Amino acid sequence: MEIAFLVEKLLLVTILFVATLTVAAYSTYAERKVAAFLQDRVGPNRAGPFGLLQPLADGGKMFFKEEIIPSGSNKWLFIAGPSLALLVSFLGTAVIPFGQNIELFGRVIPLQVTDINVGILYIFGVVSLGVYGIMIGGWASNNKYSLMGAIRGASQNISYEIAMGLSIIALLLVSNTLSFKELAEQQHGWHWNIIYQPLGFLIFLVCAFAETNRMPFDLPECETELIGGYNTEYSAFKMGAYMFAEYINMFVSSAVMVTIYFGGYNYPGMDLVNGALGATWGPLVGVAVMFLKIFAFIFFFMWVRWTVPRFRYDQLMDLGWKVLIPLAIANIVITAIVITVVDKL
Amino acid sequence: MSLFYLVAFLSILFSLLVIFTKNPVYSVLYLIATFFTFTIHYILLNAQFLAVVNFIVYMGAIMVLFLFVLMLMNLNKETEPMKSNVLKIVGVIAGGTLLVTLIGAIKAMQTTAVSTTTNTQIGLVGNLGKVLFSEFLLPFEISSILLLSAMVGAVLLAKKDKRTQNG
Amino acid sequence: MESLSGRKKVLEQKPMNFWERIYLPAIFRGMGITFMHMFKKKETTFYPEQEREFSENWRGMHSLKRDENGKERCTACGLCALSCPAEAITMISAEREKGEEHLYREEKYAAVYEINMLRCIFCGLCEEACPKEAIYLDGPIVPADYLRKDFIYGKDKLVEMPISELEALKGATV
Repeated sequence: MEIAFLVEKLLLVTILFVATLTVAAYSTYAERKVAAFLQDRVGPNRAGPFGLLQPLADGGKMFFKEEIIPSGSNKWLFIAGPSLALLVSFLGTAVIPFGQNIELFGRVIPLQVTDINVGILYIFGVVSLGVYGIMIGGWASNNKYSLMGAIRGASQNISYEIAMGLSIIALLLVSNTLSFKELAEQQHGWHWNIIYQPLGFLIFLVCAFAETNRMPFDLPECETELIGGYNTEYSAFKMGAYMFAEYINMFVSSAVMVTIYFGGYNYPGMDLVNGALGATWGPLVGVAVMFLKIFAFIFFFMWVRWTVPRFRYDQLMDLGWKVLIPLAIANIVITAIVITVVDKL
Repeated sequence: MSLFYLVAFLSILFSLLVIFTKNPVYSVLYLIATFFTFTIHYILLNAQFLAVVNFIVYMGAIMVLFLFVLMLMNLNKETEPMKSNVLKIVGVIAGGTLLVTLIGAIKAMQTTAVSTTTNTQIGLVGNLGKVLFSEFLLPFEISSILLLSAMVGAVLLAKKDKRTQNG
Repeated sequence: MESLSGRKKVLEQKPMNFWERIYLPAIFRGMGITFMHMFKKKETTFYPEQEREFSENWRGMHSLKRDENGKERCTACGLCALSCPAEAITMISAEREKGEEHLYREEKYAAVYEINMLRCIFCGLCEEACPKEAIYLDGPIVPADYLRKDFIYGKDKLVEMPISELEALKGATV
């Protein structure tokens, strides 16, 4: 371990951390703007030009609000819940490649914090941990609504994890690797996995909505039935932490979907661009493309939220167990048969 | 090596806490921490696949279900049933027997030289898969049938009885 | 049961067909609709800078009127207080002294006239009851405040400005 390597990784982690925070903060702003535009309104526009300082104002508000810890709650776990939710949501970014190797100051630097060869499974594990924040927070609040929210969150996450895993298995049959870096490199140019796995992508997308507790599946915090679900008792920055965790989750799942299905930093004609711009600026264009795709997905998340009404709880479970899982299994079988036939030919 | 000792110490500490805490929800949380230290052990052994699977299956799914059930049961100190002395004595005897058996097993075990492999890639997904689907194919398939039968049983239990339902 | 009006419609619930059951076409159509709304005209009124016009029959804050010579019209008959369903109006009457003829139109006037804006329901019955056309609910929205006592509006807030002052004010601003 040389010093340069450590410095390089430290810088990358810092940049990634700040970028994630910024994206999450501006996602809250974007959410309100998108909601407003879809409803013929203008959205926040008072704090700064076009309301661009709104996230700062919101953050300030969160900081200065009164911190309430209910007397009947379990104090340690009450604090641990949102902390865990925030912590776990950050972990996902570690394995996502944000660009090709870049040449800086005579060194080749990979734009990925770490390329472990079970990257997809790692993401999967981190996602499955995300539910603990909700569960612990909901239980520690000592409130029926919070507990209901926590339990809904847990059962929903477990149910949709299965379909998600099955849809990934079909993808792995095509790609033959669990490493994100290799996955991204396989999709060079326009060979995106979405072409080979449209059904798998659809299943993954629906599950991603469920795993991030976003709108059609936001039953854990369903206002109409559970007031606020698991974060009923939360106020001030702990509430903010939950909200932030949700937006970071959205960012991470968008990044994952872009990387494994939409080619990550690849775009048609990238060889030409890389040839023209060299090894420093070429990959940066890739990074920009990657973020563009991520933002498109985040917009999609919001667009769906402000269009589709919430599912009923039994519909949610029916969709997960009776539709998505059989569909995912069928997808695996079809993919396997096609691959075998193609190999034989 | 020092990292191993730290993690080993933590796993023993957490597993003891699982037993000694009164609150069952805390017990489960400590159990999760214990499993997390196991994951670190696997990583130290360069068994990445096992580590991640342990992480997903035990920490991410099974423990969530445990926690799920315990949260629904509303177990706190007031509702905890009084355990009779007979139960305590039975527990001590059973635990003691297990301890004696373990000690006997360890004493009987021959200490061979630690087998070291030069292949550091043995724990990776590809190699593991190859071994699993060639050498250990039969046990693998049998265990999958076992799981399938368990699943069918669960579905049967959960299925509504049409006659009593419509009455 | 037979429908008496003959207009009863029996709702037919057909089982959903395949395309309806997979939700997706309906979801995509809905998303198309919401997307088109992004480009529609925004309905927002930017309030403090831009105010919406009140409707013609708007009833807002009360004002006690003066006649064309700038004398207060109110004669403290108490009909408004009597008609008020919310009991929001109280007043104390006084007799007009010599030399006050330019202030009050009638021999009797309201020395104190108070409306509790927290009680008032802005029904406009006081306006209708007034025989002297002295009270009208033609003002703006009653502003918010912090203390209950500040919502009891006395004559200082209710009586219309005298014409001379109004003109002076106009002159100052122009």
